[in-house]
Amino acid sequence: MTVESTAAARKPRRASKRTSAAKKPQSSEPQLVQLLTPEGERVEHPDYSIDLSADELRGLYRDMVLTRRFDAEATALQRQGELGLWASLLGQEAAQIGSGRALRDDDYVFPTYREHGVAWCRGVDPTNLLGMFRGVNHGGWDPTTNNFHLYTIVIGSQTLHATGYAMGVAKDGADSAVIAYFGDGASSQGDVAESFTFSAVYNAPVVFFCQNNQWAISEPTERQTRVPLYQRAQGYGFPGVRVDGNDVLACLAVTRSALERARRGEGPTLVEAFTYRMGAHTTSDDPTKYRADDERAAWEAKDPILRLRTYLENSGHADEAFFAELETESETLGKRVREVVRAMPDPEPLSLFEHAYADGNSLVDEERAQFAAYQASFADSAEEGK
Amino acid sequence: MAVEKMSIAKALNESLRLALDTDPKVLIMGEDVGKLGGVFRITDGLQKDFGEERVIDTPLAESGIVGTAIGLALRGYRPIVEIQFDGFVFPAYDQIVTQLAKMHARALGKIKLPVVVRIPYGGGIGAVEHHSESPEALFAHVAGLKVVSPANASDAYWMMQQAVQSDDPVIFFEPKRRYWDKGEVDTESIPGPLHKAVTVREGSDLTLVAYGPMVKVCLEAAAAAQEEGKSVEVLDLRSMSPIDFDAIQTSVEKTGRLVVVHEAPVFYGSGAEIAARITERSFYHLEAPVLRVGGYHVPYPPARLEEEYLPGLDRVLDAVDRSLAY
Repeated sequence: MTVESTAAARKPRRASKRTSAAKKPQSSEPQLVQLLTPEGERVEHPDYSIDLSADELRGLYRDMVLTRRFDAEATALQRQGELGLWASLLGQEAAQIGSGRALRDDDYVFPTYREHGVAWCRGVDPTNLLGMFRGVNHGGWDPTTNNFHLYTIVIGSQTLHATGYAMGVAKDGADSAVIAYFGDGASSQGDVAESFTFSAVYNAPVVFFCQNNQWAISEPTERQTRVPLYQRAQGYGFPGVRVDGNDVLACLAVTRSALERARRGEGPTLVEAFTYRMGAHTTSDDPTKYRADDERAAWEAKDPILRLRTYLENSGHADEAFFAELETESETLGKRVREVVRAMPDPEPLSLFEHAYADGNSLVDEERAQFAAYQASFADSAEEGK
Repeated sequence: MAVEKMSIAKALNESLRLALDTDPKVLIMGEDVGKLGGVFRITDGLQKDFGEERVIDTPLAESGIVGTAIGLALRGYRPIVEIQFDGFVFPAYDQIVTQLAKMHARALGKIKLPVVVRIPYGGGIGAVEHHSESPEALFAHVAGLKVVSPANASDAYWMMQQAVQSDDPVIFFEPKRRYWDKGEVDTESIPGPLHKAVTVREGSDLTLVAYGPMVKVCLEAAAAAQEEGKSVEVLDLRSMSPIDFDAIQTSVEKTGRLVVVHEAPVFYGSGAEIAARITERSFYHLEAPVLRVGGYHVPYPPARLEEEYLPGLDRVLDAVDRSLAY
């Protein structure tokens, strides 16, 4: 390691402005597509216009509030020991709701394990997301019901599944599109690079939606890349765009545009939603060990929900009754989630052997029979009063 | 009857052709599978006849090949992917193990992953490093995968058909040094199930179990043993996951002796699993411990040493003698 790079590693993240573009790590002032400022002011962008009714705007707000409420409930349930783990989306509601609401029903989504807001947009019952975190299954929902694939834990794997699926969509002559979610950490994975290559050379109708939430557990984006992530796309031969990930309108407009491009047969797009994970990576880590308090405070000022609320209030698109009603709905959702999780039964022991294979398997059959006999031996003992 | 004599390579080619012809959802993917027809020409002529949309030349990226095949399977396709050589499967190992093998279970059975991963495997062709390995145990150890290997042209033809029709992912190991061995293929008479072992030679003194490239060696060994008055039965396992333990047990309880032969290293290999299971099942029928013949616990050697590494006739016969001496 050179002296220079050692020094760079010790520099405060994103704090220093540098003159040399080549040495500049993550751009400190990204060129963001923005349609709603952190102060809640509507602004225009030459390439991405959007015209939403008051009803639609309130819908986006409702989605974000309920998603955050669900997320908060899940975090609380983890703290209470009801869930083994939780991956909070706090702070990323706009990126997920904006992109999620850009999708058509026949589009197909490949999420990571944090896309609770996108799942919400797809109509997946949020309580279905909790089974894997409670430890009763590894996903469990039928991905084909809502065209929302199972959460994928191995980082970046799903970008290849999305690409293959999109290749199939193109073969079928369908005009639907596919979206793959991943994070800034995943951008370092070979699978993501390979998915860029495959999607580009086959012109697959896929949108790569990278939520750059600045942190891959404790590693900052500077540990993943020396150039802004959206610029990666250029090297693969398709467009990349960076959007304000805390601006639900911009996320909606940019994703919609990328999806339409895919539908027109013009191939993939990389969208980098520049956002921030306000909580921990999961409930297992402690962000206070690796990031400064003032960083989070700076991002709180860009909160995706607050800025839309300000806009709704100032524009007269929503009144107090709307916010009050939503508050009630939030509490109802939280209560339902709590009740469903607590009532979630452990799977039957013999279900261990189900679904290992679609066609059946003699080895599994043999082990199932042995296990069943073993289980039954306890019943016999009980009957005999031993 | 439509019996034709053909090489294993030709049988695979004909079988892939039939699969493409029968089901429009079947795709072939891999490096160089198109115009070149694969480095072993197993896909020769298929792109010419079925087009680039069905026989797909891919970028040089194994994880990408398997990962996109998973996506295509989720879309309703049945991809058959070619990994060029055994030692090149490892960049795709993550996708095979963490995704392909587990996705059906993860979805509680709601989705199926009918992907066939073809891997030319094994040594004996004088190749350079990473071109001669036998990693079947690494796949057989993973629940959710089926692992098979044909040893003759008929099985190459029919097991490929059965693998393509399977709703589970199948790792299809092709014994590359046998590609040019010829045998009869009856293209109308459908053989038994994919995972059933076959007795390829009857005997009464000892059972040899092998699969893929070692079946031929074991048949030669049995013939040589016959000249010395020893009656050796040979079982072609055909499937390494699941394993037809019933067939092995039946044979062992007849002969009382078992020697398992494979090219892969003996340590933690499929022979270890067979020895353990058969000892559990047939302890009182065994006249001798189950012996194993296979590769050593060393990296696959350079070509000039591979004859020392690979089990040959003499090493198999030596194990037969040792077993019979108990």
